[in-house]
Amino acid sequence: MSTVTAPVGGPPAATSEIPLTLADTVRANIRQYGMLLALVLIVAIFQVASGGIILAPQNVTNLVLQNSYIVLMALGMLLIIVVGHIDLSVGSVAAFTGAVAAVLMVNLKMDPLLASAITLGIGVAIGAWHGYWVAYLKVPSFIATLAGMLLFRGLTLVMLQGQPIGPFPEEFRALASGFVPDLLGTVMFMGERIHLFTVALGALLCAGLVALDVRDRREQQKYGFSVPSPTMFLVKNVTLVGAIMFLTWRLAAYEGYPIVLIVMLLLTAVYWFVTLRTTLGRRIFAVGGNAKAAMLSGVSTSRYVFFTFVSMGALSALGGLVVAARLNSSTPKAGTGFELDVIASCFIGGASAYGGVGGVIGAVIGAFVMGVLNNGMSIQGVSIDWQQAVKGLVLLAAVFFDVRGRSREG
Amino acid sequence: MSDVLLEMRGITKTFPGVKALDNVSISVRRGEIHGLVGENGAGKSTLMMVLSGVYPHGTYEGEILYEGEECRFRDIRSSEHLGIVIIHQELALVPLLSITENIFLGNEQASHGVISWQASHAKARELLQIVGLTEKPVTKVGLLSVGKQQLVEIAKALSKDVKLLILDEPTSSLNEADSQKLLDLLREFRRQGMTCVMISHKLNEVTAIADTITIMRDGAVIESIDNSVERVTEDRIIKGMVGRDLTHRFPERTHSIGDVVFEVRNWNVMHPFQEGRRVIRDVNINVRAGEVIGIAGLMGAGRTEFAMSLFGRSYGRHITGTVVKDGKQVDVSSIRKAISQGVAYATEDRKTYGLILGEDVKTNITLANLEAVASNMVLSRPKEIQVANAYRNALKIKCSSVRQKTVNLSGGNQQKVVLSKWLFAAPEVLILDEPTRGIDVGAKFEIYTIINDLAAQGKAIIFISSELPEILGVSDRIYVMAEGAIAGEMSAREASQEAIMRCIMAAHRAVSEGAVA
Repeated sequence: MSTVTAPVGGPPAATSEIPLTLADTVRANIRQYGMLLALVLIVAIFQVASGGIILAPQNVTNLVLQNSYIVLMALGMLLIIVVGHIDLSVGSVAAFTGAVAAVLMVNLKMDPLLASAITLGIGVAIGAWHGYWVAYLKVPSFIATLAGMLLFRGLTLVMLQGQPIGPFPEEFRALASGFVPDLLGTVMFMGERIHLFTVALGALLCAGLVALDVRDRREQQKYGFSVPSPTMFLVKNVTLVGAIMFLTWRLAAYEGYPIVLIVMLLLTAVYWFVTLRTTLGRRIFAVGGNAKAAMLSGVSTSRYVFFTFVSMGALSALGGLVVAARLNSSTPKAGTGFELDVIASCFIGGASAYGGVGGVIGAVIGAFVMGVLNNGMSIQGVSIDWQQAVKGLVLLAAVFFDVRGRSREG
Repeated sequence: MSDVLLEMRGITKTFPGVKALDNVSISVRRGEIHGLVGENGAGKSTLMMVLSGVYPHGTYEGEILYEGEECRFRDIRSSEHLGIVIIHQELALVPLLSITENIFLGNEQASHGVISWQASHAKARELLQIVGLTEKPVTKVGLLSVGKQQLVEIAKALSKDVKLLILDEPTSSLNEADSQKLLDLLREFRRQGMTCVMISHKLNEVTAIADTITIMRDGAVIESIDNSVERVTEDRIIKGMVGRDLTHRFPERTHSIGDVVFEVRNWNVMHPFQEGRRVIRDVNINVRAGEVIGIAGLMGAGRTEFAMSLFGRSYGRHITGTVVKDGKQVDVSSIRKAISQGVAYATEDRKTYGLILGEDVKTNITLANLEAVASNMVLSRPKEIQVANAYRNALKIKCSSVRQKTVNLSGGNQQKVVLSKWLFAAPEVLILDEPTRGIDVGAKFEIYTIINDLAAQGKAIIFISSELPEILGVSDRIYVMAEGAIAGEMSAREASQEAIMRCIMAAHRAVSEGAVA
């Protein structure tokens, strides 16, 4: 060994990794793909059982609309779980922010855009409130947010004086029930009227994802990492494009992409990028993975814990706005039980209850697993009580397989 | 008095890559106090854990004869059943439970699962009387001083009808008065016929009380000396403890030592929880550019506490003192500030404090200096991989790729990842706390080589180690630490293991006499 200088460029080390076979790839991604596979399976079962209703254009649109707020909040919850905490208050905060929006827009006749901005700001403040108690005053997050759950449910009742407030202005309702404009007109395809602009957006999304994946692969190869075989790579991308275009087709056959889906896609992309490609995301994972080691590496752990709660507050408020717009009124009971669906989504999606492990895409898939179960069972006429019970078992099973997989790996 | 209670024959215990005990034989006579001494890592605690069944039969070679019969302990319970009770260095008491509850933990005075508190408290009171405690049995253990907690541990052992009591460093965290009380208690037990094995670093105590002293070194017994007739000198014990070959274990190095770059003055630190306990006392040290200073001392001397309190106040409270770097006083009151002042601290406990085990090699290497591989918060993966690969090559980290999770690396390679992390943070002053703990000889040599290279680059290095040969082999200058204070300073040339040990023992004695006076 010669010297230990700070490294400069230099040729990358030759790899000693073995090329990945199909089995390796599957094993390495079993968590994410496993859940995706489960989702596809669940959809397929309901598709057969319901005689094709679940993938009918209107129902696919419904699925997106019904689950949009869970997905949005799951993005924030994922960060909180990864950093090693929990937020039980999200349902109450969504109800409270929805009530604030109702008072501003309906009672005070405020401009919907301004009112939404104020509501989001209040969401940020609530997140900061929780974050301060947890990160700086060291109150366990379970307790601080349990208190928040009670506090903001109570304040919702106070704000609404026990009565629902509505209806909302039309522009605001578009957030939850509007669709992308029909810029390119429509065309008949297989007996259905297809919205072309939505198809174009879908194609754009596919192109973007494939381009990213190709770039990723090149980069990996350049640094000598093993990559999936070309066949695997092709299969994966063709499947991905096929799935996206299929769902796009279903949505396009109804009214096109819902606006809230665009919001969801954008935010998912942002959170995906933050978690995987930024110092912020890296440090959140570091704090969750080993807070002591992170701290001794100069990461101010409190600051990152605080941040995850602020982000959660903003997303709870956004979820609250979407729910209010969707129901066209703010009710005292809005958002009840959301925290459970949101938390379950993250765990179904592979997040670890011990912190430090989890993925944004997994959380989104988890949210849709829950959503499709709800929707499918409703179509089958399964009562709400049984739906709850089934969802509980699914959560348990998903986490069990995850835990078992992990212990084998380790 | 002369019949043998316990005999351990040919005990060999290996951990992955290390032979912790190598064909160890020892015999303990009935009714004696048997002192067991040796450096850290000599195998004393391992031997006692074999005896008490912590390492069950089958995980070691050799045989244990107790009361003349061979014993194959499956767990601690089976050894306790025969009256062999071990009291560990770290007390195993539950602070939030009462004295009674602790004494009978796992051994509750109950019939059909219902605890009889009357009987428990009464029995506890008896036991407390024996060990000389006047506390009420309902007192929470957490409220007692460490010395009294130690006595509760002994009471707990007595409740199990102990015949052979093993004490691992019983006085290491006690002040002199409490230590004396404990030793008197042991003498009393001996008078009543109890047999006792005492592991201790405090040679003055061992020579004062033990009937037989067994010296261990490098996993083997060097000799057993009769101390009952004539008191053995500490020098003889020290020679037995440290005498070993020093050649070819350390890489050659050339010295080019510059000016003083880093200086700590009048450093004082209070214990984080125990009110009024001073852990670090008036420590003054300095390091020159290109110099390796060693901080020698026994476990509990306060070396890690000193280093961590220095590094962004990550240990202790009410820290006072000044840090001077390049002639200017600098602020190292937070870890970020310390890092930005060019100070780095590589922890002794890499799994708890050093690594994020679930993350890969590159993530761990870049963690302390993420900004260097990012622009505007966006990480550059190519840069990150380049950096990680560069250190992987330079430090010869054995991994399948820098994407391998650190949990799957060997101890030596994990240590190199920790070192890489701190080297990438480009420090001028590098504090290495037990960097070779638990890694094999080859990896140790590589770590020493890295330290030499860093010194050759003009970095100032503070090297903390419990292994005296290592301190002597690597350092230019040595500070000896004991009882939270600097007990002595010597150049590598004039230093020897005996000199360091003597220095430590003198400090212990001084503190003892100070406490008595």
